[in-house]
Amino acid sequence: VHVPDGFLDAPTSIATGVVAAGAVAVALRGARRELDDRTAPMAGLVAAFVFAAQMVNFPVAGGTSGHLLGGALAAVLVGPWTAVLCVSVVLMVQSLLFADGGVTALGTNITLMAAVGVAVGWFGFRAAMVILPRSLVSVPPAAAVGAFLSVPVASLVFTGLYLVGGTIEVPTGVLVASMLGWHTLIGIGEALITGLTVASIMATRPDLVRGARPVLERRELTIRRSMTASTAETEAA
Amino acid sequence: MTRTRFFIALALAAVLLAAVSGIVASRSPDGLERVADDHGITAAEKEHSADDAPLAGYGVKGVGSAGLSSGLAGVLGVGVVLLVAGGLAYAVRRKHDRAG
Repeated sequence: VHVPDGFLDAPTSIATGVVAAGAVAVALRGARRELDDRTAPMAGLVAAFVFAAQMVNFPVAGGTSGHLLGGALAAVLVGPWTAVLCVSVVLMVQSLLFADGGVTALGTNITLMAAVGVAVGWFGFRAAMVILPRSLVSVPPAAAVGAFLSVPVASLVFTGLYLVGGTIEVPTGVLVASMLGWHTLIGIGEALITGLTVASIMATRPDLVRGARPVLERRELTIRRSMTASTAETEAA
Repeated sequence: MTRTRFFIALALAAVLLAAVSGIVASRSPDGLERVADDHGITAAEKEHSADDAPLAGYGVKGVGSAGLSSGLAGVLGVGVVLLVAGGLAYAVRRKHDRAG
């Protein structure tokens, strides 16, 4: 379930609508660099997978559930700009076709899950890749780190929006604590699903995982060098 | 695994997830709903303008069984998202043949 109509007042919803439109416009330009004939089908499939995974709520604690946001997962698989487009399409279809997430709250939901979720997921992933050993094995746990961070941060941004434009007053501390508490737990689920999904794709087609490219390209260089060395040996013999 | 096979496998995974969602998904309120319920925000929720839509609430209108209804709606949704996102990706992609 996403932010419905009525939680945030009109000015806040309009502001997030402008932010969302800007994010999608910038993503449309950025995604050109990420997408070609080889990777375009992957974008459609990743969006479809995120949509399906979001339907499967998992229990967290105390009669509360969570579902995947998918920003980190999509960013690691298809690149951050394409991921913004993928998650935005998911949110639009959910709102317009399935009445999940208000139509006037679409800008809010795109801002939170497509823009903030992808940005935090992607930068969290990149930061973890810098710290972890530079190896393909590091890609799934790094994706899980980005995924974990993306959920509580997105929930904090919602809390900020609610404190500015919420329609029913809730004490700041109470709202921050409960949003952050539940969404930190949901972040663990997000991390597990993201880590496992990325791991299974890495096991079959690591070349189709955008976030693995810097490591793969470096590995290819190593292979070429050893090939050159063996060629040189053959020639010398 | 060939690329085509991999894509088919990923598509099947999405379809399967959506198909079983009605049976396996937790029915408890999610994080946002829980917070909204606990702190009286739910009262502010307005009726969704698409609440009467044939697929509103992840169910197919007229299908009695809750599991089947949700599964069907999910599979339809997977198809729509695949077409829209895939079509968008094709539209914005780099076209190699144009460069030459």
